[in-house]
Amino acid sequence: MPMNVVVIQFSGSTCDRDLVNAMRNVMEWDVDFLWHEKAMKNLEKYDAIFLPGGFTYGDHLRAGIIAAFTPVMSKVKERAKEGVPVLGICNGFQILVESELLPGALIGNETLRFSCKWTNLRVETERSAATNIAKKGDVWKVPIAHGEGRYYLDQKGLKELNDNDQIVWRYTTESGELTKEANPNGSIENIAGICNLEGNVVGLMPHPERAAESTLSPWETEDGKFYFQSIEKFLRRS
Amino acid sequence: MPKFSVEIIIEGKKNARDPEGETIMRDLMIKHGYDMVESVRSGKILKVNLEAKDENEAEEICLKMVNELRIYNPVAHMCVIKLVK
Repeated sequence: MPMNVVVIQFSGSTCDRDLVNAMRNVMEWDVDFLWHEKAMKNLEKYDAIFLPGGFTYGDHLRAGIIAAFTPVMSKVKERAKEGVPVLGICNGFQILVESELLPGALIGNETLRFSCKWTNLRVETERSAATNIAKKGDVWKVPIAHGEGRYYLDQKGLKELNDNDQIVWRYTTESGELTKEANPNGSIENIAGICNLEGNVVGLMPHPERAAESTLSPWETEDGKFYFQSIEKFLRRS
Repeated sequence: MPKFSVEIIIEGKKNARDPEGETIMRDLMIKHGYDMVESVRSGKILKVNLEAKDENEAEEICLKMVNELRIYNPVAHMCVIKLVK
């Protein structure tokens, strides 16, 4: 199926080419890789919009906040309202939160350190654009690489997220147990990724694009592929 | 137009753990004899110099700005605006 997707590059994006590589060479999608000012001009033509990881604008003030105010994000918000999948990975997730496309905040890791390691993600819902080929309870091996990945939300907001089935992934052990040790950054309720009410806007701190080829994984897993395959299925359905 | 200095202080909400503040208190202050310290919260200060008609307007501009530009994330942070006399 021809996929008409765009990866938006901002000043300070660093995982953009990894993402394009996974899409082009692993998934065999047609991908446009565009500077944010250029992406703004024809965002209407894309079936899905990706915000890659990195350190946009040096993470100054707060990760994602300055990119959230670039003009392209107003267009991204419009497309998200129309039901177009908008996927943010790592810094992309931080941009989605700071744009208020997703609720909550991503604050400094509890360890006070930048953390780069493999994690286990338990799929919590099958209804998001990025998990619809998975089964609830599946555990994916996907690495993190962030300093500000601690998901935070107040108790009221957290209840709403749970009640509305908006928590998409949690950090767990390999066997899917929710433990403190499995939580790499102190995220509330071990949350690794969430979606909006409709399920088309999805933010994830770990990097599926770094886990989509067996050669990148110590266990020769390709769990990141489930993320991209889900988006493909979501688009086929819509 | 008169000039004013304003401090915008951004601090994490109390329910969100502040490991930086905890470490400063535990491993620096208390370990070095300042055991009367009961709590420390770390944060960020933006020192803003601006032009405004008067003090009230300087504060109003900063208040509008911090909310409009999400200088703090209201989910996780508190923000205090202080005019520097």
